[in-house]
Amino acid sequence: MYQRKPVISAEKDWITIALFFIISIIGMLCIFSVEYKSNDHFLQSLFAFKKNYSKQFIYFLFCLVIATFILLMDSKLLTATPNILYIIGIGLMILTFIIGKNVNGSKSWIPLGFMNLQPVETCKIFTALALSKYLSRPETDFNKSRSQMIASFICFLPIVFSLLQNETGLALVYFAFLLPMFREGFPPILLIIGASLGLLLVSALLFTTLQLIIAITLLIIAIIYFLKRKFKRHKNLLITLIGIWLFSILFVGVIVPFLFKNVFQKYQTERIFSMVGRDNPYNKENETNVSKNSTKAATKEKENYNVKQSKIAIGSGGFWGKGFLKGTQTQGNFVPEQHTDFIFTSLGENFGFVGCTILMLLYLTLLLRIVMIAERQRSAFSRVYAYSVAAIIFFHVAVNICMTIGLAPVIGITLPLMSYGGSSLLTFTILIFILIRLDADRQMVLR
Amino acid sequence: MPVFHESRKNTIRLIFILLIVIIILRLFTLQVFTSKYKDLAEDQGLFRKVIYPDRGIIFDRKKNAILKNTNISDLMVTPNKLKGIDTLALCNILDIDTAQFKKKIIELIIKNGRSRPSVFEALLSPDKMAKLNESLYKFTPAFYLQDRSIRSFPYEAAANVLGYTAEVDTNFLKKHPDEGYVPGDYAGMTGLERSYEKVLMGVRGIEYWKRDNKNRLTERMENGQYDTVEIAGQNIYTSIDIELQQLGEQLMKNKLGSIVAIDPRTGGVLAMVSAPTYEPNYLTGSERRKHFSELFLNPSLPLLNRTVSATYSPGSTFKTLQALIGLHEGVINTDTKFSCSGAFYGCGGAKPMKCLDLGTFDLRGAITVSDNTYFANVMQRVINNPKYPDVESSLSSWDNYMYSFGLGHKLGIDIPSEKSGNIPKPETYNKIYGKGRWNFCTFRSVSIGQGEVSVTPLQVANEMAYIANKGWYITPHVVDSIEGGDKFGLLTKYKNKNKPTDIPEEIFNTVHDGMQNVVDNGTGVGAKVKDIAICGKTGTVENYYRGVKQQNHSFFCGFAPRNNPKIAIMCVVENSGGFGGTYAAPIVGLMIEKYLKDSITEKPRKDKIEYLSKLNLFPKNINKEIRRQDSIRHSKDKKYLTEKGYIKSVKDTVGIEEEQFDNEDLHDDKSESVPQKKSEKKEIKSPAVLENKKKNKKRTQ
Repeated sequence: MYQRKPVISAEKDWITIALFFIISIIGMLCIFSVEYKSNDHFLQSLFAFKKNYSKQFIYFLFCLVIATFILLMDSKLLTATPNILYIIGIGLMILTFIIGKNVNGSKSWIPLGFMNLQPVETCKIFTALALSKYLSRPETDFNKSRSQMIASFICFLPIVFSLLQNETGLALVYFAFLLPMFREGFPPILLIIGASLGLLLVSALLFTTLQLIIAITLLIIAIIYFLKRKFKRHKNLLITLIGIWLFSILFVGVIVPFLFKNVFQKYQTERIFSMVGRDNPYNKENETNVSKNSTKAATKEKENYNVKQSKIAIGSGGFWGKGFLKGTQTQGNFVPEQHTDFIFTSLGENFGFVGCTILMLLYLTLLLRIVMIAERQRSAFSRVYAYSVAAIIFFHVAVNICMTIGLAPVIGITLPLMSYGGSSLLTFTILIFILIRLDADRQMVLR
Repeated sequence: MPVFHESRKNTIRLIFILLIVIIILRLFTLQVFTSKYKDLAEDQGLFRKVIYPDRGIIFDRKKNAILKNTNISDLMVTPNKLKGIDTLALCNILDIDTAQFKKKIIELIIKNGRSRPSVFEALLSPDKMAKLNESLYKFTPAFYLQDRSIRSFPYEAAANVLGYTAEVDTNFLKKHPDEGYVPGDYAGMTGLERSYEKVLMGVRGIEYWKRDNKNRLTERMENGQYDTVEIAGQNIYTSIDIELQQLGEQLMKNKLGSIVAIDPRTGGVLAMVSAPTYEPNYLTGSERRKHFSELFLNPSLPLLNRTVSATYSPGSTFKTLQALIGLHEGVINTDTKFSCSGAFYGCGGAKPMKCLDLGTFDLRGAITVSDNTYFANVMQRVINNPKYPDVESSLSSWDNYMYSFGLGHKLGIDIPSEKSGNIPKPETYNKIYGKGRWNFCTFRSVSIGQGEVSVTPLQVANEMAYIANKGWYITPHVVDSIEGGDKFGLLTKYKNKNKPTDIPEEIFNTVHDGMQNVVDNGTGVGAKVKDIAICGKTGTVENYYRGVKQQNHSFFCGFAPRNNPKIAIMCVVENSGGFGGTYAAPIVGLMIEKYLKDSITEKPRKDKIEYLSKLNLFPKNINKEIRRQDSIRHSKDKKYLTEKGYIKSVKDTVGIEEEQFDNEDLHDDKSESVPQKKSEKKEIKSPAVLENKKKNKKRTQ
């Protein structure tokens, strides 16, 4: 065994590190613009640590320290400990039920003094490592359904605890692990069906029945047109496609309205629709009743408020944006929770379409870079881990931004590296820097 | 370890790229494609704060400010700072109970939110202000005072000339759509405030403020670089002599009627008294609404500017003009004599017009004693002049004289709601009697200023200025100049002399002779002032209300001094009884003395002022009406007051829109009981002055 020097060597993937810095700094500027008032003394507030942006700055520095430690760490340590870490993570989640701190109505935080830790958030790291460990075991044959079951169990166990803690949004993140599993040979049909059903359900919420039926029909016709040569060989294909079409129509036109009209209570339906910022379309017959009952209308208003304000802030940014610190909606605190879940609105208003597109491309670059890193690994552990990181980041970015622009229901999911909050920032820092650490040793076969 | 499923990396990449592209497309529609969100953001994030400049100040001829601005305070409250305030103490000062206080606060929270300051009580009365100022420190920071500028009338006079401002309502906004008013603005409604609104209001400033989610204004947009600065209203200099105006108002106390005094050299109005008038400060400040509805419904119509909006038969004051026409047409000369043997028999036996002084008179004498027969003969000659082919053309020519003297049409004074009066036209008679079926005898009473002819007091005063100037007048106006220039060309028409007909000076001299005699030893001796040669003419105007003969109006008009006239004046006291010389002449005398001698110092003259101002000549039916309204108001039955017909007739006569008061009561009434309303309808009688159809008949003095 040779002695490795604990140095931060040139083998590190500097592009990923650079992206990490750029996105984090954009995030801090956005948080700054949310809180900034023209008569504030900037430096004084920054070092008084009373403001969110100054706190975020401290978290960032702390994260850099942690990142350095990770880079100096031996990769072997990472492959040796996942199982224990996973158990500790689950343990922490159970611990929150005992000593949890109540923040925003969910008791999922453990106070650490200088910051609050959310085990559901950090448990993602341990789950990613544990999954990598399990899939990279030489004795695991992922083509067997038994292994698939065990891998799924590892990924979905934290969901149970998150749901118990009333953190639906964070629970959904664990579905992201389907992506690395897919890469490792998980049968895609389950993934496709699941994703399609989810997409269909969300679309049913977002668009009217008629729009959807037209869209689905057009889509199926297009597919039939492009695949028409294959029908001779695969006769079942046409039947399958028509079957899918019939099912989709049935689902959108009959099942969803039936669910909303008859199965769910009216308030539940309204809640679901307000999550995407729409009025309940299945309530037209009862409209007079609703308007009479002003209190009900008021609560509905309030739930719609977030999405509407978020869209107004982003939409008012226009092409070039209003300029840094010049957003009226941001400065006027119109968007609730703007520094955390809705931090994207600040960017959208201040920097407009151009700024948003640049940020989206930065994220895309990061994701594709991670996929590239994954594919150059010699060891399955590193590859699975890299895909896990990409999947988690992707899920966060997609859902968070979709919810701010009204494409997805509002569930409390942060925007990676941008949103205010030590827990979230630390999680993503660790996720990314472990990856960089592993990548530095990509020539080694880690087990 | 062999790498299986490597192709799946491309699927995963595709998923990443696809979703990011969808998001970018969505952002494109949201941010670039639609402008809806921009509008919404501006709606809630920006606030256009309008800065109201001070209105212009109005000065009288001696540069006294007669209408200016003072500050009054609104009590503001911020509901979320209310904790720990001694509510009871505040309630005691404001004279409300705690239940009302709570109700008000809740209303304000619903309206404006908790964290934004709202007006708790607008326009505090002076005594509440005094009390509050002492103990305001107890109620801070939840309560504070905010200054606001209101109009004030330091001389408490000339209410109807200066006019008032009021909050614009929907009616006003409809009528003035493109002048930038928004609900909540104040605008001049009557008098000079109305006619010089553009000049007085100044230019409003606009500040752009950022607003937060609780509707609080946070900071100026871009440090105010898009703001426009307000420009104060221009000051206005009038020809009004405020002391003369005050004297006029004092003399006209307890009377209905008006005084108009004009400087014949400039056409500038010196005094314009409409009685009864009101305390102009009543219509500013905290109780404005209540006071307005009181004034608006008062049967004596204090809001009516009688000097321009009331019309009367001119009575004998008309005779001076008849003389001018007769002389200029050549149908008489200065020595023509007619005799009166008791009545005018020129039209046969049908209802002869009586004359009071029997005998034979020349023109001067006829004016002096106001001889009806003489002027009936003069007009008969004018109408039957062989120069003209028929009665229609001769009457038209007579009309043209009257128009040129300023009668029968609006003079165009800078005071709103001027009436035009009436000079009978041939068409009118054609309509009534049929073409060719009427002659001089049909309208003989017009010759002595009764019948179909009607004039406003302003027109009579202007006609005096015309006679005083011997043939020209400048359109009467109140405003002489505007500080900083007349940007809207409002004063141009007051710069030109109107010299409509070419009547030689000798003719005027004859009329002046007769008029001087009226004051020296004729019907108008009451107007006599020591050391001043006054020319005047009395009038005793018969009038009818709903076919019932009322007490005569007392008229007097004149100018002084005879050489180089400085004041042309007219006075009417409605339904006073007596003759023109009885009430109107002494009032005019005192006004002339005050204006020409600057003060009245002699004891007997002062006593006269005292006597006249105490004299109550209010017509009986008006008093009756007031008493009845009071009793109805007392029993809180507002049906009578809100009765449609009454409100409408007030509106038409006064020319002022009602200010949407008691609207709620109106609705309430409708839902109550219909039959009661019907029975009441019979009782409704508009007071005398509301009726313009006064049928006047011959007989003057």
